[in-house]
Amino acid sequence: MHSFGYRANALFTFAVTILGFMCALASFTDSFNSPSPSVQVQVLKVNWFQKQPNGNDEVSMTLNISADLQSLFTWNTKQVFVFLAAEYVTPKHVLNQISLWDAIIQEKENAKFTITTSNKYRFIDQGSNLRGKEFNLTLHWHVMPKTGKMLADKVVLPGYRLPAEYR
Amino acid sequence: MDWQGQSLAEKLMQIMLLGFAVIAFGTGYLTASFQTMILIYAVGVVLTTLVTVPNWPVFNRHPLKWLDPSEVEKHPKPQPSSNVNSKKKPIKK
Repeated sequence: MHSFGYRANALFTFAVTILGFMCALASFTDSFNSPSPSVQVQVLKVNWFQKQPNGNDEVSMTLNISADLQSLFTWNTKQVFVFLAAEYVTPKHVLNQISLWDAIIQEKENAKFTITTSNKYRFIDQGSNLRGKEFNLTLHWHVMPKTGKMLADKVVLPGYRLPAEYR
Repeated sequence: MDWQGQSLAEKLMQIMLLGFAVIAFGTGYLTASFQTMILIYAVGVVLTTLVTVPNWPVFNRHPLKWLDPSEVEKHPKPQPSSNVNSKKKPIKK
């Protein structure tokens, strides 16, 4: 504490160290949050279902996604990235996952939503396995904090089935 | 600043910063606003800087008593003796 510069430096260092501790503490308070999200997805309609010239199946469908993710938000949440993935089994691969739709939610109010949309990303199989295929629709979310570790979780909705024939 | 002033300034800095941090965190947590916490803390840091870093007179209330110039002449500085130079001996291997 001898000179002006010395004091200024000491203060700055201490202030930034304390800031680091405050951010760590803020991140820690997230562990007290127990989220209870609810999700419902309906396949309203299969728009078309074709085999591409290269041999891969492609399907386009209209989805109704209704979710309440408000409980995921805390004071330390910057945004929530949510995406819907279709999961199914084929003889060649045990797990196939395709992202059909995603969104970024930046405000808690927007986390409770219902949206009717056709799939944002194309549902193309590697091969020709989709006729009559049973699949799960899984809603994944990534909670991105202002400070700290990102949290990723999901809910699996089973029991969807694609048509048996191309249309 | 004098010694007492330095000690006071240092203690004041630590207490003020910690105090503002606690207030900032508490307010931010209760209002669920991260921005509030950062804002209050930033204001606190600026305030602490204004109080503890400049050389305010309150930190100079016990000034050091330097020796009066007239006294210096009465006690001349001792001259270094020739013995000092002979201390360095070459290292013999």
